[in-house]
Amino acid sequence: MSVLDIQNLKVEFPGRKSTFVAVQGVNLQVEAGKILGVVGESGAGKSTVGNAVIGLLQEPGRIAEGEVRLHGERIDGLSEKKMRALRGRRVGMIFQDPLTSLDPLQTIESQLVETIRTHLPMSASQATARAIELLDSVGIPDPAERIKQYPHQFSGGMRQRVVIALALCAEPEVVIADEPTTALDVSIQAQILELMKKLCVERNVSMLVITHDMGVIADITDHVAVMYRGKLVEYGETDQVLGRPQHPYTQSLISAVPRPDIRVKRFPVVNYIEEAGTPTRHIDISTHWLGKARDYAKPDGALVKIRDLDMRFETKGSIFPSRRKYFSAVKKVSFDIHEGETLGIVGESGSGKSTIARVITGLYHPSGGSIDFAGTELTSLKDPKKVLAMRRQMQMIFQDPYSSLNARMRVRTIIAEPIKFHKLASSNSEVRQIVDDLLDHVGLGVAAGDKFPHEFSGGQRQRISIARALATRPRFLICDEPTSALDVSIQAQILNLLKDLQEELGLTMLFISHDLAVIRQMCNRIGVMRNGELCEVADCDALFENPQHPYTKQLLNLMPSMELLSRANLQDSVETPA
Amino acid sequence: MLGFAIRRLAQAIIVMIVVALLAFTLFRFVGDPVNQMVGIETSIEEREALRERLGLNDPIPVQFARFIKSAAQFDFGTSYQFRQPVSDLFLKRIPATLELSFMSALFALAVGIPMGIYAGLNRESWVSKLFLSVSLIGISLPTFFIGILLIFLFSVTLQWLPSFGRGEVVQVGSWWTTGLLTVSGIKALILPSITLGLYQMTLIMRLIRAEMLEVIRTDYIKFARARGLPNRLVHFRHALKNTLVPVITITGLQLGSIIAFATITETVFQWPGMGLMFLQAVQNVDIPIMSAYLLLTAFLFVSINFIVDILYYLIDPRLRVERA
Repeated sequence: MSVLDIQNLKVEFPGRKSTFVAVQGVNLQVEAGKILGVVGESGAGKSTVGNAVIGLLQEPGRIAEGEVRLHGERIDGLSEKKMRALRGRRVGMIFQDPLTSLDPLQTIESQLVETIRTHLPMSASQATARAIELLDSVGIPDPAERIKQYPHQFSGGMRQRVVIALALCAEPEVVIADEPTTALDVSIQAQILELMKKLCVERNVSMLVITHDMGVIADITDHVAVMYRGKLVEYGETDQVLGRPQHPYTQSLISAVPRPDIRVKRFPVVNYIEEAGTPTRHIDISTHWLGKARDYAKPDGALVKIRDLDMRFETKGSIFPSRRKYFSAVKKVSFDIHEGETLGIVGESGSGKSTIARVITGLYHPSGGSIDFAGTELTSLKDPKKVLAMRRQMQMIFQDPYSSLNARMRVRTIIAEPIKFHKLASSNSEVRQIVDDLLDHVGLGVAAGDKFPHEFSGGQRQRISIARALATRPRFLICDEPTSALDVSIQAQILNLLKDLQEELGLTMLFISHDLAVIRQMCNRIGVMRNGELCEVADCDALFENPQHPYTKQLLNLMPSMELLSRANLQDSVETPA
Repeated sequence: MLGFAIRRLAQAIIVMIVVALLAFTLFRFVGDPVNQMVGIETSIEEREALRERLGLNDPIPVQFARFIKSAAQFDFGTSYQFRQPVSDLFLKRIPATLELSFMSALFALAVGIPMGIYAGLNRESWVSKLFLSVSLIGISLPTFFIGILLIFLFSVTLQWLPSFGRGEVVQVGSWWTTGLLTVSGIKALILPSITLGLYQMTLIMRLIRAEMLEVIRTDYIKFARARGLPNRLVHFRHALKNTLVPVITITGLQLGSIIAFATITETVFQWPGMGLMFLQAVQNVDIPIMSAYLLLTAFLFVSINFIVDILYYLIDPRLRVERA
């Protein structure tokens, strides 16, 4: 018998006008000591399934149909009191963001002890002893000392270990993990996944892992359920589903996942992906305004030459220079970017990769070193006219499509602003024509110009950002994690768009990402950063096949393996390493 | 922590010096103090002698230094109207004002916090909606009107409580008088405390409610519920404590304003406190009392703010780490 058995689950949210059905007809079984993965994109209803099981549906959500059974005993529709006794005791839960899951004002000890004593008949000292033992088992060094600390004294990965310890406090039979590693760096993710696997085996806990990440699914789950718009589209053993997907949605989802082991020219465009954004009108770039005025003088050597770049931030101010404290975000970094190539920079959070982008575009003034762009030294450039001319040639696309567009401006105004500012068009009607063409070209359609940013989804907003960046006819484009806030299918579309644009316009790109698989799809050469230092720069294939630096090797080893995933749709587009 | 306290203390001293400068200029620019002190028949020579004796002919920085020195020793000169040292007058009045202020602050906290918690946790219930509408009245009605309304209801119509004064007071120590030890003293406190504290109570209630609604939505509250913790722990140990930082800020500032601006309530209830004395001093251009009142109020505000800053440290462990 399954530990957790979900039969024909339907969850609805009654609204004033109509009832929204979030989940419908879902059947899932979790076996003892096994891990079931629930995968899907945003809005698929996967988190709702987890919340329904543990009885914490957001108001006014309710289970309209179906049953949830724990060891054969029905647990849906229990009274709040009985449900509370079950939460934490028999069903544990792990949330996505370890930085916000713990009460910042209570010590780890007090949070662990209160949870243990709520569920188990123990004295305070027994509970503390058990808490220390738990912290030890989730891999927190020196638990007897650290238990007295507050959450802010732990790193993100350590906090997620504390969260796991809290979920396991009372030996629950099932643990529901809702995006347990999404907020973590790849090396921390690998450790946490390892820990979860180990706990399943050692403690015979069953897990329901909810994630959007195929890598996590491939790495730790035994069974997987694929959800799409509240419905279960495919369910089976993990290698079966990932290796030979039956349903067209699963197939398209899997083909959109970037792989670290193969490089595709373009991601296949599949029907199930919405807002695929095919250009409504083809624009011949070479004769268009966008393609004109691109006859830049060929630079002497590389287009961008960065030498010994230093960036430090003052962390403790003082009137005495000797007492000031600094944090070095970028330390003596040197690299070149050649005309027309894409250089990828990969690294974990805090490695300084975004800082480099900001220094090059002039958002920060570097503490040392030089930046040479097409023969002009940027750090010493003072003449405002020349600075503007340089700025026009480089544009940036930011990570967060929600906060990087002014919510009070229409899309047309947003895109027209740089054209007008740099006086690139002679008349208002010409500006309008250019904006219309740009909107068409990035696949949004002319009608989008009269709308406001909030009317668009994340992927569409990122298209607006791209159109805005193109509006100055840039030569050099910096993309700072352009797709990390997007669903995988949308990410595939945006990456395709960027590839196309680069080909058409001969753009030079600096592509920053924490995701090695994405980097592999996009870049010619790759730089690996850690703690502000550039460890290694190498050609893309060489880096993946034969990494030199130990840190690069470590990063590559930590990546979840995607070998299980079907390659059915990719056959035509795989690039063979030259 | 110590460095922080010292920095804050230095800032507080700067504020006090600026206020002292303001209080000092009152003497210089609001009428001629000698004219205020002597009768019409005083001769010009006598006036000059008095001017010399008071040090009014010294250079201004010297006079200011002397003013600060005596103010630091709690000496604010002699009241023009009462011909008594201002500090003695204040000592007589301070207990009345402080007692009233602390009772109304206590009332505001003791009623406002539970109401706020309830309204934050049960936002849909009709009781919380009632709290919210009633609190609108507390915020929008002026203090004197509420005072008069209460007097009309409880003193004139029902005749339960006295309408003015402190009732019977008991001497405690050398200068403190308290109304808390006699029945008539406590009865006399009730109406003015409610009048003075009503605005603060509604403010605290609305603040706690808003903060509670905010905190209840956070991940750590969701996680606490998912661990099966009883509501008592979730609501009070986790939610309430996290709402306290902004509440303490506002409460601290409001406590300062309760003490400083009890003037209106003291007038309505003829409460023999500092506020009433200040109002009379304004009417009689009694500059020493006015400037002393200014300094005292500023001192209270600065000290309360200082205490509030220290309290943050005690509540929020994240502030305790040295910002490295």
